[in-house]
Amino acid sequence: MSNTIKREPTKLVPVPSRNKIPERDADKHPILECRHLGIDFGGLTAVNDLDLAIGRSEIAGLIGPNGAGKTTVFNLLTKVYQPTRGTILLDGVDTHNMNTTQVNMAGIARTFQNIRLFSNLSVEDNVKLGLHNHIKYGMWDGIFRLPSYWKEEKRAHERALELLSIFDMQDLADAKAGSLPYGAQRRLEIVRALATEPKLLLLDEPAAGMNPSETAELMENIVKIRDTFNIAVLLIEHDMSLVMGICEGICVLDFGQTIAKGTPEEIQNDPEVIKAYLGGRKE
Amino acid sequence: MKKNTLRITKTTKVNFATYLMVIVAFVVLQSMSNAGMLKSALQGQLVPICAYVTMALALNLTVGVLGELSLGHAGFMSVGAFAGAVVASALRDAIPAPGLLLAISLLVGAAFAAIAGVLVGIPVLRLNGDYLAIVTLAFGEIIKSLINNLYIGVDAKGLHSSFVQNTIALGEGGRMILSGPMGIPGIKKISTFVAGFILIMITLVIIFDLVNSRSGRAIMALRDNRIAAESVGIHVTKYKMMAFVTSAALAGAAGALFALGQNTIVASKFDFNQSILILVFVVLGGQGRMWGSIIAAAALTVLPELLREFADYRMLVYAIVLILVMLLTNNPTLKNFFGTITAKFRKSEKGA
Repeated sequence: MSNTIKREPTKLVPVPSRNKIPERDADKHPILECRHLGIDFGGLTAVNDLDLAIGRSEIAGLIGPNGAGKTTVFNLLTKVYQPTRGTILLDGVDTHNMNTTQVNMAGIARTFQNIRLFSNLSVEDNVKLGLHNHIKYGMWDGIFRLPSYWKEEKRAHERALELLSIFDMQDLADAKAGSLPYGAQRRLEIVRALATEPKLLLLDEPAAGMNPSETAELMENIVKIRDTFNIAVLLIEHDMSLVMGICEGICVLDFGQTIAKGTPEEIQNDPEVIKAYLGGRKE
Repeated sequence: MKKNTLRITKTTKVNFATYLMVIVAFVVLQSMSNAGMLKSALQGQLVPICAYVTMALALNLTVGVLGELSLGHAGFMSVGAFAGAVVASALRDAIPAPGLLLAISLLVGAAFAAIAGVLVGIPVLRLNGDYLAIVTLAFGEIIKSLINNLYIGVDAKGLHSSFVQNTIALGEGGRMILSGPMGIPGIKKISTFVAGFILIMITLVIIFDLVNSRSGRAIMALRDNRIAAESVGIHVTKYKMMAFVTSAALAGAAGALFALGQNTIVASKFDFNQSILILVFVVLGGQGRMWGSIIAAAALTVLPELLREFADYRMLVYAIVLILVMLLTNNPTLKNFFGTITAKFRKSEKGA
């Protein structure tokens, strides 16, 4: 998009990502690997030197106080922003010359902190848009209503209902997406992201605005999604019950810097993390 | 029950109602015209009405469905009009059947307008923001100046053209088709109301089928939320181009239909005011609402003729009517009133 951003040459120093990935994924290639990832906005370093590895079936968490740069990391991974420094390897492939669309086709799907649905379209159409690159017919097939149109649309319709049934939303298929209650909109975003058949699902505050029982249900569903689709999940969340409950690995950011990595137990007892969240005396 | 049956959604119903409306209007007007019940002024307006309805539908694809503003659609109409008229004039001896000649002219008009659409779209549709409005505005003016300075003649050897100055030396039996600011005089009127009706129907089929397909969904997704559309793997530029070029091609066909229903066309007819007029049809009829565009375009094309008795004050009354319609359609009391009516209608429909 912008050619003015200078990219420093990729440093492929064999630094192992410092976090451990779960044992069952350990012998496989990580699905996502960030090396020295960083971005500057003018003079402000929003994210700096982020090293991260996510296992193929891991549920990982990205936490940190407000303004720590968590959503910026998502925007870097999905190429909404181009990184100033560092490398992103998705399934071993460097994504540096991909744009948002290509990154999605390569296997990353995401939801947004401030919900971004196609609010004037129906729930089913939102899911079908997720299926867009898996529906195989062209403009002319559509205009002339050729057999491939009917065949593919029928398949897409069935697949969309199937995906909506994950969250028990198939009865809402004809409703306008913008008219859904807040929680349902969040769930629809997840369904739409899943429809793109990702290898890695990024969830930006999936439990925001949900009550404890809805959050508990969401936790079950995230685990269920991971198990049925066999994908990795990276989530940003402020609700610690969710993060500590389902994440296997957690990365904590503060002011763009990685301050801790580890299992939920390790993170809960990390003095740096406690300081970042609760404040600490400056020595 | 829901699965595997052809579901009749609200959109399908609205689409069929729109087709029906156009067919009924055509049958009524055609039979009135055959019976000689139409005033001659209105009779002469039938083809322009069809052309403007198609224009409004075409622009609604860009403005209502794609969500981009085009301020130069008269430019595409102009490209189609002149391309179509030149072809019709050049081939008038080769193809005696007026129906076939008209069809070819419309296709050529649409093709040239589509090429213009691609040329405008390639640089502009990569950008996000209101650049399309700015560039199409300029495009309309540029096209007007270009055609104002274009000379085309035909003789036994084929078409000849020159630019700025008429330097064409025609062979024996040759004649000028387009002479710069004088436009194209002496057009054989081959556009008919039937042809206009067919063009409107084809336009509706193209737009409705496009909108209710994979590509159309992608186009509307761009309108609703570009970033989300990118995040699910939709190629932004590709679908913007698809909608915009289709829109331009339809505008070109409308232009050719219009031109071949006139005695003379000149480039200055397709100016900025014309673009705005078409935009008014779309806004008044409702963005993305095709039946609204049809009614608005037909009504506002006929209105100046009906207002002829106001003589000098014609355009003043036209403006007042426009303002009144805008006020009324946005009146909350009236909106509520229609809201309750449709709600009752739906209830009784469900109960039945």
